[in-house]
Amino acid sequence: MSSLWPRLEPLLARVRKPGRYIGCEDGALQPRHGRDTVSWLLAYPDVYEVGLPNQGLQILYEILNERPDAAAERTYAPWVDLEALMRERGIPLFSVDTHRAALEFDILAFNLSSELVYTNVLNMIDLAGFDVHARRRSPDDPLVIIGGHAAFNPEPMANFIDVAVLGEGEEVIGEITEVVREWKASGKTEGSRAGVLRELSHIPGVYVPSLYEVVYESSTGPIREVRPLYADVPEVVTKRTVSDLGQWDYPRRPLVPLTEVVHDRLAVEVFRGCTRGCRFCQAGMITRPVRERPADQVRSMVSNGLRRTGYNEVSLTSLSTADFSGIEDVVSSLVPDPTACGAPTISLPSLRVDAFTVGLAAKVASGRRSGLTFAPEAGTWRLRTVINKLITEEDLYGAVESAFASGWSRAKLYFLTGLPTETDIDTKGIVDLAAGCVEIGRRYTNRASVTVSVGGFVPKPHTPFQWFGQNSVDELGRKIRLVRDAASRTKGVNVKWHDPSASLAEGIASRGDRRIGAVIERVWRSGGVFQEWSEYFDVRRWQEAMAAEGLSPDDYVTRHRRKEDVLAWSHLSAGLHQDFLWQDWQSSLQEFGLEDCRWTPCYDCGVCTGDGLEHIVASPIPPAGGSQGTGQDLARVGAVPVDVRLSRTPT
Amino acid sequence: MSAGLLKYRLAYSKLGKVRFLGHRDVARLWERTLRKAGVPVAVSTGFTPRARISFGLALPTGAESLIELLDFFVDPNMVQASGSAPSVDEWGERIAHALPEGFTSTHLHEIGSGDISLQESVTASSWILLVDHPDVVEAVDRVRSSDVVHLERERKGERHVDDIRPGILDINILDMNMLDMNMLDMNMLDMNMAQIDELEHLADVWPGDPLRSGSGTAISALLTTSGRGIRPTELVEALLAESEPWDHLTRVLRTQQWIDQDGQRIDVLSASMARPRVCA
Repeated sequence: MSSLWPRLEPLLARVRKPGRYIGCEDGALQPRHGRDTVSWLLAYPDVYEVGLPNQGLQILYEILNERPDAAAERTYAPWVDLEALMRERGIPLFSVDTHRAALEFDILAFNLSSELVYTNVLNMIDLAGFDVHARRRSPDDPLVIIGGHAAFNPEPMANFIDVAVLGEGEEVIGEITEVVREWKASGKTEGSRAGVLRELSHIPGVYVPSLYEVVYESSTGPIREVRPLYADVPEVVTKRTVSDLGQWDYPRRPLVPLTEVVHDRLAVEVFRGCTRGCRFCQAGMITRPVRERPADQVRSMVSNGLRRTGYNEVSLTSLSTADFSGIEDVVSSLVPDPTACGAPTISLPSLRVDAFTVGLAAKVASGRRSGLTFAPEAGTWRLRTVINKLITEEDLYGAVESAFASGWSRAKLYFLTGLPTETDIDTKGIVDLAAGCVEIGRRYTNRASVTVSVGGFVPKPHTPFQWFGQNSVDELGRKIRLVRDAASRTKGVNVKWHDPSASLAEGIASRGDRRIGAVIERVWRSGGVFQEWSEYFDVRRWQEAMAAEGLSPDDYVTRHRRKEDVLAWSHLSAGLHQDFLWQDWQSSLQEFGLEDCRWTPCYDCGVCTGDGLEHIVASPIPPAGGSQGTGQDLARVGAVPVDVRLSRTPT
Repeated sequence: MSAGLLKYRLAYSKLGKVRFLGHRDVARLWERTLRKAGVPVAVSTGFTPRARISFGLALPTGAESLIELLDFFVDPNMVQASGSAPSVDEWGERIAHALPEGFTSTHLHEIGSGDISLQESVTASSWILLVDHPDVVEAVDRVRSSDVVHLERERKGERHVDDIRPGILDINILDMNMLDMNMLDMNMLDMNMAQIDELEHLADVWPGDPLRSGSGTAISALLTTSGRGIRPTELVEALLAESEPWDHLTRVLRTQQWIDQDGQRIDVLSASMARPRVCA
């Protein structure tokens, strides 16, 4: 049980940003390790600057360290310069808290925010010094657990992990700790690893891939069936959900990094879940229902957090912060903060697109008003009804008008391309919208400009678009060029875009099955780490790995799935009825928008009823503003049934 | 801008793991720390108001220090508004409490608001370097007896060969045996007791006890900081004629900062400490 610090220390002056590796943060806890204590190494498979602000990891770190039978430390992916030196000298993956080797922990638990980090998970397991293949691990090796949004389809990672946890971790980590504690007490004897995994599979929300068999029609053909190997192993694993966010006012001791990170401010989560019902949005689908934090608790978490951390900026986080009941009251009470810390800056990420929201943003904006971001996601109202992002042109123009009138000079608009039923009219509509925004802006300032950011759409599991065949790289490239060409003829509109080939890799990993594991391993072994970093991404690694495994990107990515297809994640549930998702997919193709279910009758998506949960929303009426499926005239929607464009589906 | 504001000078040490934090990180850390401690630091006017803190000479990332400096301004009106009279002692205590491990505040006192900035006033720093290389003793002797020491370094994007010898004001090998001698030895050797005391104190406060752990030859150096200045890493490059100083430089510690006053070199705190108040 020794610290690796003395071996690490001489290397740090030679690598970039060595402050990433020292720990010592304000808010770091003193883990108490011991024979009766289950030790968790909480890992974020990207660099420290990206991983440290992650709220999920901070919350679990604190909850675990409060338990007398658990100790938790943290680790992040070392950047390639340090990794090379570590491998050269045989220094294994270490925790930043006490610089303890990863192998000395009982559990190595990864928080996965995106699919492109999968190769980094393999790299970190390998750097820790044990086998990347779960079946070859020895009894003493740490149990590898994954959680987070990109663990909702853990099948591509099935061969490398021992356990996947679906949903929110606050409660389930305690239950896992108790089972592992018993196992540790019994001495982790030869053969006992299978026993503890079996035991873990009985915990709701815990999925143990090795206890399921996947049967294929042929070696590269579709899945016939996924079945548990034993009668006591659940046929379907359903996600965990914390029913009352008010009972979990974490993090209470936010981690304040000593070196600069991506979100360098206090974060207070105001609610979880979102029922706006955007059909492309996996986060909105898998985090239902909406559970608001009591406004008083938000206020006290902000005020205690600022005092404790010394930050003068707080971000009120959620999937759509303007939807928080009484957001105006909360913001008003925070602006003149009475503490000695002075007036904090408030940032409101993920805002709806309407004038009300801009008013809110204007209230919190201090100093220079440079840019405001909106996400209309699609270029025409027709396509926005398909994806259920119910923002009218009036909503957007109203928001933009309000922004320019309040002193902003730049707007950023986020769009997806390659959406279901998208035609070139929709794609070009992106630039038409942006041009309309510039025209409004020029009435206020000659400097008015609009930046359009275009990303290729990647369909995600547990959403109504999980059946949709993703656009090919060429098609996405063509659409991005359409946008760029149109923008080049439009004054004041700039375009940024994501590499469409990265969308291919993300598509492979997002809806992959267990056979994709070998592809991920090949990409990793050929040097493909940090795949979210453009300087380390090369789509050829993915294409060559697919070819080497005899797998076709078309099968996994661009093919439309049929209703009867067994999806790789069909035995895993985010609480949403498969029927609801299919119906919503059909409604989408009929350009039929759905209102937000917080303030309308239930659509029976399955989450509330299945889990005995309900929305916790303080306000019985929809928030002011009226965009996105509240107070709009949706009669315009779906009035004229159109041909179901699924007819392109191969049969 | 500074009319009516009170100005304070704070000294602190930076020791142990936190030596891997860069100058910008430390600057941000102090902004948070002073806010946490409730010190009503004045803010600049303009679009993006910043806390009025000015930092002394940047400490290279990887180096430790017994004495780093910062100055900050306090608006007396803000002090009154917050309901408490300015109390340097109280601030000092709260700052000590708010600092993360590895940082210790050592002095805090008010200075004249017109005093020259830290960056301009400090002309030299004392350093102790632990260098792990078989030729280092010889190299130090060579530098001591040379009139010219060449070092190729970058300036405005171009490589230049500079003579750094005038900037090496003093350089010595420290005899670590002094730390383990008994009183009798010391008397026999007629050594400077103050020097031994200082070394012992140093060995006690330096985390990991690098002076006794034998991780290199200890060199003390007095290097100029005015003009182009000489970094301890540059001294090592020149000593060993190697371009990767950190391959051999195991630890480096700033032990003092100096200013020139009427032709005399005096330490920066003695120079500015009109009303010394020690905290933490």
